[in-house]
Amino acid sequence: MSIISSIRDFLDETGKISRFAGRFFSHGLKPKFEIKELLSQCYLIGYMSLPLVALTGFIIGLVLTMQLRPSLVTYGVQSELPVMVGIAIVREVGPIITALIFAGKIASSIGAELGSMKVTEQIDSMEVSGTNPFKYLVATRVIATSLMLPLLTILADAIALFGAYIGVNIKSVTNIKFFFMQVFESLSYSDIIPAVIKTVFFGFAVGLIGCYKGFNSTKGTQGVGKSANSAVVLSSVLIFVLDLLTVQLTNLLGFN
Amino acid sequence: MEEKLNTNNETESQKNEPVIVMSNLYKAFGDNKILEDFSLSIQREESVVVLGKSGAGKSVLIKCIIGLLTPDKGSIKVLGEEVTGLDEDGLAAARKKIGFLFQANAIYDSMTVRENLEFPLRRHWTDLNETEVLEKVKEALESVGLEHTIDMMPAELSGGMLKRVALARTLILKPEIMLYDEPTTGLDPITSKEIDQLILTLQKKLKTSSIIISHDMSCVKVIADRVVILLDGKCYAEGTYKELESSDDPNINQFFQ
Repeated sequence: MSIISSIRDFLDETGKISRFAGRFFSHGLKPKFEIKELLSQCYLIGYMSLPLVALTGFIIGLVLTMQLRPSLVTYGVQSELPVMVGIAIVREVGPIITALIFAGKIASSIGAELGSMKVTEQIDSMEVSGTNPFKYLVATRVIATSLMLPLLTILADAIALFGAYIGVNIKSVTNIKFFFMQVFESLSYSDIIPAVIKTVFFGFAVGLIGCYKGFNSTKGTQGVGKSANSAVVLSSVLIFVLDLLTVQLTNLLGFN
Repeated sequence: MEEKLNTNNETESQKNEPVIVMSNLYKAFGDNKILEDFSLSIQREESVVVLGKSGAGKSVLIKCIIGLLTPDKGSIKVLGEEVTGLDEDGLAAARKKIGFLFQANAIYDSMTVRENLEFPLRRHWTDLNETEVLEKVKEALESVGLEHTIDMMPAELSGGMLKRVALARTLILKPEIMLYDEPTTGLDPITSKEIDQLILTLQKKLKTSSIIISHDMSCVKVIADRVVILLDGKCYAEGTYKELESSDDPNINQFFQ
């Protein structure tokens, strides 16, 4: 009985999120756009996430290199370390780690912000003031997350590669120009473009889930906390599901 | 001359028309019936206080008027226009004429007082320039005695000050109708009295018609031209404060004890 009820709840929630996404496309993308709020959100969501994303990218690049090196040494192919690390970072590690960090920081903050606005009737007040809260709050945030995550991922990839260069230089000496030449020679557009495109979907998922949870927050501070928490959990799970789907799709299209 | 007379008669008849007419309203949340066949009219420049127990549906009633909730059945006419079936644009136009003071103030806590007041102004009156916007903001704050808070954040203000800012934000658009959702709840008696007086002064100054939801009987006594008691989803009784205060009906009496 509880399994059936869980399945029903899951399907119910999926339906509600799909309807929320549909409302974004049908209402949120219609003029008149809230350009000022969109730019403000791009600054808050993108620029303010830079230090965290940069630090995480650097550490991931460094650690990945240090972890891979012993295995490659065993097979005598340590010279391929920049190639392996480069492909891993650009195709998978960079996008997924950045998206997860982004989900942790942004989905929770959107969920909590909109949740508290909902319970303190600020969203109703906005509606009474002649503003469509869906356009002002949801559309701007979802567009901002969809635009900013790809940019943050490109930056995180670059910093992770620099971290990898430091990692390579811990045990051996490599010229930075030679390191990056090796990395870029091994990379093709079919590695970079699908990886960047999928982060647009990751960003969309983070923004949409954060807004959905905040907008549907139940009364009280406990409800706000729950919204923030479930926004992170659900958007992180959705990132993995989308990643799985993109890998399948890129395989089908022959990009791998 | 005859034409002028006709126009005057028309204006006079318009003046006598009720500004809000609610007829046979029904609203339920699942099995919980909130409003059942509720009807009420509000005359121009009249202040009507709606009394009722917690959960009786007082807030639901005024949220139906402003279009935040849609009644299941019935009609709501605001200034002669039916608002229940309006689309997004129609509702936005109707809301220009209606002010709503939220129980918890609903001040945007990420914006300064100035930005809070500018928010509805810039959306409803798009043709105003920066100087005109600032003038209107200052004028609204001055009317509630808070011009010095213009660049402060809501977190820096007291409960009474927040209520005044919320009132200024609502009145900045000079609405013809005001809906107050428990304007003095959570305030100390002295601040409550100040808010009552402020509401009264502003109502006289702006000549607004109002519906006030309140539990605060001192507020009701000061503000109300007419008191309506909402019971079991219906308009149980209505009259002046004095009339209802002297009633023998225990359902009415309980509010005045």
